[in-house]
Amino acid sequence: MDSFLSLDRLPKHEKAWVKAVRSLESQSGLARQLEDIGFVPGEQVQILSKAMIGGDPMVVRVGQSTFALRQAEAQLIEVSSEP
Amino acid sequence: MQTATLHFVDSSPLVALIGNPNCGKTAIFNALTGSHQKVANYAGVTVERKEGKMVWGDTGQTLRVLDLPGAYSLYPRSLDERVTHDVLKGLAAGEKRPDLAVCVVDATNLRRTLKLALAVQRLGVPCVLALNMSDMAKKRGLHIDPEALSSALRMPVVPTVGIHAQGVAALKAHLMQAFADPLGLPETALAPAPTSDSSDTHDAKRIQSILHDLGIDQIQPDAWSEHIDRWVLHPLWGPLLLGGVLFVVFQAVFDLAIAPMDLIKNTFLALGGYVGSLIDDPLVKSLLVDGLIAGAGAVLVFLPQILILFFFILVLEESGYLPRAAYLLDKLMGSVGLSGRSFIPLLSSFACAIPGIMAARTISNPRDRWVTIMIAPLMTCSARLPVYTLLIAAFIPNTLVAGSLSLRGLVLFALYLMGIVGAMAVAWVLKRFTRAGTLTRPLMMELPSYHWPTAQNVAMGLWQRAKIFINRVGGVILLLTLALWFLASFPSPDIGFEGLPIEASFAGMLGHALAPIFEPIGFNWQISIALIPGMAAREVVVSALGTVYALSSQGGDTASNLGPLIAQSWSLASALSLMVWFVFAPQCLSTIATVRRETNGWRMPLIMLSYLFVLAYAASFLTYHLALVLGLG
Repeated sequence: MDSFLSLDRLPKHEKAWVKAVRSLESQSGLARQLEDIGFVPGEQVQILSKAMIGGDPMVVRVGQSTFALRQAEAQLIEVSSEP
Repeated sequence: MQTATLHFVDSSPLVALIGNPNCGKTAIFNALTGSHQKVANYAGVTVERKEGKMVWGDTGQTLRVLDLPGAYSLYPRSLDERVTHDVLKGLAAGEKRPDLAVCVVDATNLRRTLKLALAVQRLGVPCVLALNMSDMAKKRGLHIDPEALSSALRMPVVPTVGIHAQGVAALKAHLMQAFADPLGLPETALAPAPTSDSSDTHDAKRIQSILHDLGIDQIQPDAWSEHIDRWVLHPLWGPLLLGGVLFVVFQAVFDLAIAPMDLIKNTFLALGGYVGSLIDDPLVKSLLVDGLIAGAGAVLVFLPQILILFFFILVLEESGYLPRAAYLLDKLMGSVGLSGRSFIPLLSSFACAIPGIMAARTISNPRDRWVTIMIAPLMTCSARLPVYTLLIAAFIPNTLVAGSLSLRGLVLFALYLMGIVGAMAVAWVLKRFTRAGTLTRPLMMELPSYHWPTAQNVAMGLWQRAKIFINRVGGVILLLTLALWFLASFPSPDIGFEGLPIEASFAGMLGHALAPIFEPIGFNWQISIALIPGMAAREVVVSALGTVYALSSQGGDTASNLGPLIAQSWSLASALSLMVWFVFAPQCLSTIATVRRETNGWRMPLIMLSYLFVLAYAASFLTYHLALVLGLG
């Protein structure tokens, strides 16, 4: 798990690529929902802005779209610094 | 609104528009159908159903056009997506399966929006791809070849610009040609349906390779939007800007509305005077002037405020700012167990709780949705203003506090604040003491590119709001105002009756019967009577008090005399208690009826009625007795 980088820990404005979306047992629909809005493996992501307090929620560019995500959702998205 | 299914001409072919949220689908719908639109609900569910008709040719050929709720996928998650899924599969009750689906995609974001089109195609519905915002794509240097895309996708592709009327000419022509033969669709509109059950990842890969082959797979961020967002979403400037925007909106709602409101008020006064001068019979005169005309005027006077607030909401929504405001408020709303998505319904509730409660449909999480519905009536709607205005003018001295602040303004502000704080407190209690409240829920909200709002879409949205409101005036409110007039006028007192005539009427009896319940919070029997018609709509309390006092002082000019009259006969403690009552009380039957419809049952409206009543009674009791202790009795 050391190499695991989740989207919420990605520095602001740094480009990364989606590797996988983790599915939690307690909220199984969440991963599918994230995939529906464009978080599919290989897609480029970038954090555009973070809230002042605690960095939650945050604004994420995924592919061509921009979404606001809470930290809990961003944690499910595994990214890597190479395509 | 009825939940019935409406059809214009059942035999005309049905075209369904489908697309992701924010892809400009509704603009295309408006451009295709113009003013031929009907808004209703889908049978059995509280999802708005928009159908329009497209008419052309000398013979008046028609197409029914259905604007399906926006969806990211056909996997039914929210109510909206369930409807979209069912209609396309031909499973929706009372709906014909569409003859053709127009898949609207955002040309600047094909990577995501094409996915839905592929899913629709897989269902076996004939498809046409509307390549919307094709002008924006061109501006950003994306050159999409419709023919090449068409052959790669195996469906016809038509570029569109939904925000211009001419921008849908090609789509219109395509539809006209497709349905020229009344017996069926020409072959061009039919796409072979691939039978393999592809997965999401497979679709994403296929789209990626199509876009790669067409040379449009590079990511082209919208530089303009990104530039604006650097300020709008800034951790510090963003919230400050939002505060400024809300301040301007509320200023405008109150300042700009003054002139049209005076105009409406004076028109109805003049109309009442004119009609009154024509009629001799005192009973008919009283019915028409005091009942009908005064009642309608008292409610229509809010139309300017509602329209101004909705104008701003529509402009902010169309431009793409509202979801950003929701993002900025997410942390705050999260602290009481809600998400930023609740912001738009709650903002609408400042005009009227009904559109606010209906806007809560966009909240996909059922628990967040019902909490939002529960607290929406605590936002100070414009119907409460005339009550506040009357009471404040009558009881609060027009003095300045701390040098420059108007005491009256401060009291009004405090009443608004009390509602907001009350709502947050209720949400917090629900978060703290319910199991579902402690779970964290997703936000996942799209922040679309900024657009200039189009006059046509804003005008159409305003027209729909105005229609809903006016129907309400014409229906429930007017009926109840008339019912009150009847209750307050009959039966006439016997000759030799000692008290005031109204005390002998049904309303007087009812008021006296209720008086013991409201006495502990400082309300006299006149207030108790007026609260009953106030259940129709809060603002009716003013005209009801007018009716009660006018009749009890045996006629005369009431509207202007009401303030001084109540200032004489009520204590300040009673007035304060009544103001606080109006912050919390379940004083609007239309709201309760809306909640029943939106939640499909009586459980929620009954919970709402009882909790608001208890809250209002407790708050008024405290206010009244605190005021008495302070010597304001």
